[in-house]
Amino acid sequence: MSKNLRINNKQFVDETRKLSFIFNGKKLYGYKGDSLASALLSNDIHLVGRSFKYHRPRGIMTSGSEEPNAILQIGNDDALTEPNVRATEIELYNGLVCNSQNCWPSVKFDIGGINNFLSPLLPAGFYYKTFMWPASFWEKYEYFIRKSAGLGKSPIKQDPDMYDHRYLHCDILIVGGGVSGLIAAKIASDDNKKVLLLEDKELLGGSLIYDDSDISKIDNQKSSEWLRKFIDNIKKDKNIIIKTRTSLAAYHNYNFLLARQNLTDHLSVNERNNKIRQRLYKIRAKKVIISTGAIERPQVFHNNDRPGIMLASAVKKYIDYYGVRCGLENVIFTNNDSAYETALSLHKSGTKLNAIIDIRDNSSSEIVNQVKNLGIQIYWNHTIVDTKGYKRINKVTVMRLNDKGNDVIGKKIELNCDCLAISGGWTPMVHLFTQSGGKLKFDNKDNIFVPDKTNLDQLSIGSAKGDFELDDVLKNSIKYTKKFLNIENSNFDKIDVKCSKEKEKKNIWLLPSDRPLSKTKPFLDYQNDSTAKDIKLALREGFKSIEHVKRYTTTGMGTDQGKLANMHALGIVADTTNTNMGDLGTTTFRPPYTPLTFGTIVGRNVGQFFDIFRKTPMHEWHVDNNVKFENVGQWKRAWYYPKDGETMHDAVQRESKAARESSGILDASTLGKIDIQGTDANEFLNRVYTNAWSKLQIGKCRYGLMLNEDGMVYDDGVTTRLGENHYLMTTTTGGAANVMSKLEDYLQTEWPELDVFLTSVTDHYATASVCGPNAKKIINKIFKDLDLSDESFPHMSFKEVKLGDINCRVMRISFTGELSYEINVEASYGKHIWEKCIEAGKEFNITPYGTETMHLLRAEKGFIIVGQDTDGTMTPVDLQMDWIISKKKYDFIGKRSLYRSDTIREDRKQLVGLLTDDPNEILEEGAQIVKDENKKPIDMLGHVTSSYFSPTLKKSIALAVLKEGKQLKGQKLLVPMIDKTIKVTVSDTIFLDKENERING
Amino acid sequence: MFLINCPYCGERDQSEFVSGGEAHIARPKQPTELNDDQWAEFLFMRKNIKGVQFERWNHVHGCRKWFNVARDTSNDKIEKIYKMGEQPPKL
Repeated sequence: MSKNLRINNKQFVDETRKLSFIFNGKKLYGYKGDSLASALLSNDIHLVGRSFKYHRPRGIMTSGSEEPNAILQIGNDDALTEPNVRATEIELYNGLVCNSQNCWPSVKFDIGGINNFLSPLLPAGFYYKTFMWPASFWEKYEYFIRKSAGLGKSPIKQDPDMYDHRYLHCDILIVGGGVSGLIAAKIASDDNKKVLLLEDKELLGGSLIYDDSDISKIDNQKSSEWLRKFIDNIKKDKNIIIKTRTSLAAYHNYNFLLARQNLTDHLSVNERNNKIRQRLYKIRAKKVIISTGAIERPQVFHNNDRPGIMLASAVKKYIDYYGVRCGLENVIFTNNDSAYETALSLHKSGTKLNAIIDIRDNSSSEIVNQVKNLGIQIYWNHTIVDTKGYKRINKVTVMRLNDKGNDVIGKKIELNCDCLAISGGWTPMVHLFTQSGGKLKFDNKDNIFVPDKTNLDQLSIGSAKGDFELDDVLKNSIKYTKKFLNIENSNFDKIDVKCSKEKEKKNIWLLPSDRPLSKTKPFLDYQNDSTAKDIKLALREGFKSIEHVKRYTTTGMGTDQGKLANMHALGIVADTTNTNMGDLGTTTFRPPYTPLTFGTIVGRNVGQFFDIFRKTPMHEWHVDNNVKFENVGQWKRAWYYPKDGETMHDAVQRESKAARESSGILDASTLGKIDIQGTDANEFLNRVYTNAWSKLQIGKCRYGLMLNEDGMVYDDGVTTRLGENHYLMTTTTGGAANVMSKLEDYLQTEWPELDVFLTSVTDHYATASVCGPNAKKIINKIFKDLDLSDESFPHMSFKEVKLGDINCRVMRISFTGELSYEINVEASYGKHIWEKCIEAGKEFNITPYGTETMHLLRAEKGFIIVGQDTDGTMTPVDLQMDWIISKKKYDFIGKRSLYRSDTIREDRKQLVGLLTDDPNEILEEGAQIVKDENKKPIDMLGHVTSSYFSPTLKKSIALAVLKEGKQLKGQKLLVPMIDKTIKVTVSDTIFLDKENERING
Repeated sequence: MFLINCPYCGERDQSEFVSGGEAHIARPKQPTELNDDQWAEFLFMRKNIKGVQFERWNHVHGCRKWFNVARDTSNDKIEKIYKMGEQPPKL
């Protein structure tokens, strides 16, 4: 701080609390209350980064979220480091470590800077044009382009921080705690409304709180003093909840808004322990008031991007709020009165102001007169045509504008400066308004887009609405808020406001230079290095829509999302094409307004909370028995049970052999179960399944296939008739919820006349399925009194039986082809009945098996799995299941679609079996099937849907869908893989026990 | 995120509901009487208009009831909510 850049005794910075931080490896100091940017500036550091394309040196330009240049890498910890953080938005804390991005080897000497001298070769669309051919080379180009570009490094370890989500509800949400937002909050609170007030800074009051001018007065007090007392009042107000360090990220329809609060980012790292870092508020507001203010625009002239060139309002804030001079030799360049406030602040703080350059002919406002009286040199009707100084500005060249303002005349004047404060007017922050679906209109007087029509219960006030002068801001905010809230009188009706009034206005989007445009670099988007001539080039090349111009030139596509660049880009397009800016419109503003961390977005939904999972009642038994789980929807299903280091293949071979040779047991609790009751239940089943249900007797089970209305297979499962008007339907595990929804839909909307009630009972019952030649013996041991003879208890039937006090529903149904019993009990007895089966089966080597073995066993029998062998394009006919389609029923869901011209095509893909010529070769599921490898492009005839090695048949088997498959039995086909081609023969879909003898043990 | 006023439960967040597409398309009583074009009309053809559209919604994470919604697709404003079986409002 040798240069005397600090101004003492500022109330917002605590000089008794000195903080140290490290920038690019160098230890520096600042104070509590500083932003990282103000601390850097107080150490005379402007140069903080390099631009994206030309690697030009860039300095801190603003004091807020619009900052395009000062984006730094914060922290050097692999888990906590954060790229692309705006130095202007981060509060300084002790021990902060930060580094410049996008430069190598250092910000002061950056090899990429050579691009600056090659810039004539790098016009807009350069990358698009150059790296297009040959297309296959893109991968090679991309590697080098990405390496030399790169904006910061992402953390490479898991984020240890904690994030939070919270819902908030309020009558009135106010976004922005500047003077207009505060007044609106008070008016609403006085009307007994619950108010939520969000402010993205740490302090309320906006820019007025540090305004030191003697001209603007509220009720005869200095405006900042009036505001300070007012804020003290607001803080005591019980109706107003204030959230500071909270920025609104997104404004959705129905007044649903997302805001992010920073809770620990301003604390030193050791103070953050175990605290929530950031919180996302999900807000529902009855009414919303947007008072987000405005941001200053730069001016567009040759070399307007050097370090030391800053927005005039930022220069003022660094002096008046942080007590930091941005330079010792200042020049101001403006087209409006607001920069004269900066002139007064410079003067008051004893900082040298060499001159003011104003493109207007004159200004006669009170504030300008005050500056004139100080004897400061003002160059009216002049513009800057060039600046000098590579790593810090040291000179500006000034020339007079001609009458039309499209050229410069006269002599060049050179002025020294180490800080150039520029102002091109103000842009209302209408981002949130447009995010919410609001339409903008163009105001020709101030060259701004302002809020116009909205469908929501919302209001924009203050400079976000286009009111820039204090009396307009206050009086209009009061007036509009009262009308919005339907209030007759407020305590502010007699407020007395005095301020300077701007009379002369002038705006030139692209300032003329003494050189031709092609020899200049007037930057629009500082981060992406797009200049006014890039815009003109895009227009010459035929891009007309502002959305296209934006993408072609990348203007407004940096991390600041065009907050600084967009208006000038629009202005230059409008001027060049002779269009009205209002007709041109703006590009779309999308959420988030400022970037959000991924942590904030996911909140607590990480690790085991990422997604809920469902466990069967037998879950713990599976865990105790070394199960591997498979995720099926949200269920954790037993997949296989490896023993003594078995691979999955070994385990599945052992499990399936045991099931075929003696006995196996499967946890089938996850199957969807729907309890169906009502006098029309039978008719209902007739309408939803393809087969006939009228003759199903009580105590019998039947397999059913359900279609979509388009004729495609939707779900399948066994339904049991429990009573006269009582059925239990089972569905696939994954399809349970959808089937339930679909059935409800038909009942409520198509067939409300049916007397049917559906209840999901999936979670209410647990199911143990015991299968194999010894299954009957095992069941007999458990239910000693149950008659298991084929006459009394045949295949596809059901019996209700008691085991002690437990009601058991035993179904004799089979998905493996073996003799098989499914025992259903209330869920809480699930583990008990499972353990009973295991105990009873011990002497028969009962073997628990998982889904993988189940899939193998059913594939041997050619049973389909909906969702594996079908994919929403398979009809029952395609599956060779014509037998399940009732010919007698007049109608069922999907019936009419089974004879549409498309579904009766002979050359549809149809389900077939595949046998590999080498019995040990196992096909990959998903592999393509072809006939001729040599004809290019190869005709792809179908693909493998299920494939296993059958230990019973001692060969590999597969199911596949194949074009005209029904006609191709016995045909030799090919399955080409990356390293070989497998020869296969089309077969029947049933590989084992075609006669169905095993079903009886 | 809309707020939807379920006719059985009251105002709830959109996340409790699912949309079921265009409303007032009755399933033909005698599908077998229809030719391919007529059946395709019922099966596949849906309006996609800018303006007020009649839709079916289901309070799937609530009462599971289906109902009708008249929604303006240009701004998502819900003009009217009415029960299944009721006639669409004249807007």
